Amino acid sequence: MNVNDISQQKIDASCRVPLLALFGVAALWLVVGLLLAVIASLTFHAPQMFADCSLLTYGHVQPAANDAILYGFCIPAALGVMLWIFARLGETELVLPLVPVVAANIWNLGVLVGIVAILIGDSTGFPWLEFPRGSSVLLFAAFLLIAISAVATFGQRKERGLVPSQWFLLVALLWFPWIYSTANLLLASGHPVRGVTQAVIGWWFANNLIFVWLALVGLGTAFYLLPKLAGRPLQNHYFALFAFWTFLIFATWCGIPQGAPVPAWLPALSSVASSLLIVPLIALAVVFVKTVCGAKVTCKGGPFCYVKFGTTAFFLSALMLIASECPNFSRVVEFTWFGPAQEQLQIIGFFAIVICGAIYELLPRVMGFELPFPKFVRAQHWCFMLGIILVVVPLAIGGIEQGLKMENAGTAFLDVMQATLPFLRASTLGLLLLLLGSLLFAANVFVMTFKWKLAQIKTVIAFIKSPLETASASASLRRDQGEVKP
Amino acid sequence: MKNGFSVFIAAFITLGASWCGFVLAPVLQLGTAKQTSVLMSGDTYPVQRIGNATLGLQVYRANGCAACHTEQIQQSGVVFDVIVTGVGKNEAAVVDLISSFVKTEAGFGTNQLPKTILHGVDKIQADSASDKITAAGGKVETHLIPTGADIARGWGVRHGVAADFLYDDPVQLGSQRIGPDLANVGARFGTANLQLLHLYAPQSVVKNSAMPPFRFLFEVRKISGTGVPPVRTGETPVPLQLPTGFAPPDGYEVVPTEDAKNLVAYLSSLHADAPLYEAPFTPPQIPTNQVPTNAPAK
Repeated sequence: MNVNDISQQKIDASCRVPLLALFGVAALWLVVGLLLAVIASLTFHAPQMFADCSLLTYGHVQPAANDAILYGFCIPAALGVMLWIFARLGETELVLPLVPVVAANIWNLGVLVGIVAILIGDSTGFPWLEFPRGSSVLLFAAFLLIAISAVATFGQRKERGLVPSQWFLLVALLWFPWIYSTANLLLASGHPVRGVTQAVIGWWFANNLIFVWLALVGLGTAFYLLPKLAGRPLQNHYFALFAFWTFLIFATWCGIPQGAPVPAWLPALSSVASSLLIVPLIALAVVFVKTVCGAKVTCKGGPFCYVKFGTTAFFLSALMLIASECPNFSRVVEFTWFGPAQEQLQIIGFFAIVICGAIYELLPRVMGFELPFPKFVRAQHWCFMLGIILVVVPLAIGGIEQGLKMENAGTAFLDVMQATLPFLRASTLGLLLLLLGSLLFAANVFVMTFKWKLAQIKTVIAFIKSPLETASASASLRRDQGEVKP
Repeated sequence: MKNGFSVFIAAFITLGASWCGFVLAPVLQLGTAKQTSVLMSGDTYPVQRIGNATLGLQVYRANGCAACHTEQIQQSGVVFDVIVTGVGKNEAAVVDLISSFVKTEAGFGTNQLPKTILHGVDKIQADSASDKITAAGGKVETHLIPTGADIARGWGVRHGVAADFLYDDPVQLGSQRIGPDLANVGARFGTANLQLLHLYAPQSVVKNSAMPPFRFLFEVRKISGTGVPPVRTGETPVPLQLPTGFAPPDGYEVVPTEDAKNLVAYLSSLHADAPLYEAPFTPPQIPTNQVPTNAPAK
């Protein structure tokens, strides 16, 4: 064991408590969110199911499911991964490790308040921004606290040069507070803007969060993990630089629907930007393919598979976004299930899978012992892969068919709606698979946390029993942890 | 990209640009929007929703109705109808001209006025026909008719515009049509009682509807005394007349809560049917004994 390994172990150990605080509850929110999504989709099997239960009516459960997955799981889990990547790339221990722990609790309180508020009918009514004001303030404060710790760690880095992964992650730290504060101040405050301006700002926020922010963090994570796991550097730096700039320039202008009742220059600009988005996508695809192809890695359903599948899903989701902003195609698929299919692919197919892969990669290192159920990793990979395919493919095909039937005014609306039901019911199966996968993930994270707490309690007990033996007890603990490969 | 500062600048410039474009510019352009005038009328549009309808928007928001319903009509284009309303002094020439458009065996007689001579044509054809007849001394009206699947379905009369949402907070445009569009539902859905019935048991009004029933917006209560509604302060709720299969057990009645009544008031107030500068059309002829209403109904 050389000096380098020991310092890396120290770095990993410094992340332990904050990361556990972030991942533990995030895993729980992922299960809750997918459970709510399954409940929402039950409405399409039996519309009368929740007729007397206002909490579980579709209009409550659907946004609650979306927000639980996005705000409950995606963002805090991603922040945890980000802290670890900053510490690792900077070769420095996490700065202010207690701040993210406090922030994680504030964040989770905010999400809890928000989800309960949506279920009891207290949402703001703006898609992806449903949490009421109090909850948004908590989320915003928690994000800033974690960002402080992340930026401080970044500033302490010993390796001064930056790699592409750090550009993407650092930008994301600025992005979220800006869009979240703008959207909340202008939409959910006491003096909202007037008329359809609300909708425009809502679309701007949703696109910048769901498409841009998730892409920045997901790609940043992928660009750290792919070279690391493939055992060779990112191919290459200049393509990544070009992709980074063009992506930032074009992606942030997408998201205004083509048929929206707003001044025509808004959707037109959005349409142009999204067609130009093909440029950064090609550059990103070159980076991805050149880094991954030919790498001698047998991933066996491990983190490499997660990141590879997730990044591929990102390209598909971006292509779906470009298609849905193209005026001719948009006329067909606007207001159909095609949009939700793209969002699910982006949030779960791309982001959640990349982040789960990253967590499986970092958790054994950070905790100092192996995963309790290593076989679950592969099982979860299959559940997530099949699950997301079973959600996205039926919804996308069903959406196009719905759109084509809607174009024909001779088809009664009821027939159009009936024709989409088989697709929606098929997607319930996909959601159930995703739920199963999330349970496997939660099992690994929870048992790991439990084992770690047990080990801590044992140390304390040993300390109480015989103060003289503590040195050897903690030494034996350290020996246990030392068994893991760095 | 050598240091953190250059990355920060990259983010600041790119996000700042889109912030100016999609946040600042729309606020400057639309933030001070006012009522506009209705074409061919002295009315202004829209009219502020009053009372229950404003409260109803909050019920609409709270129950996430926009998860399944949009409030934006789409329009694919416009066509024109050319209608002759008078033949003027040069009757024979005008009748000849009209007969060249109207190819019926009986021919054209002045007793058939007003007569639609062209239906669903483009602007060039409509203008040329209109010019010819006007030049001959006839009187012509050209009607502008929006087209599109939504309009053919009867969901609305023109595409949605920013003015439709001037007084809404929050603006509930919706993004998915799991149910029909509601932009103009107040004009087509009939009575408030029918809407209440539809909320309580959608399948009793539209068979095979996928809409979840909103029974929690209603109260099922025992009919007291001899069937005479109990005396209460304020308005007495009217029990729903439910068809068999949906009715509560004998001795019980279903009455709407305030929320349900407000929601129906809001739905009834949805009338996106005023011809505007940015969304023109020729309103259907209104019999003279009725006052035209373009503004949202109460």
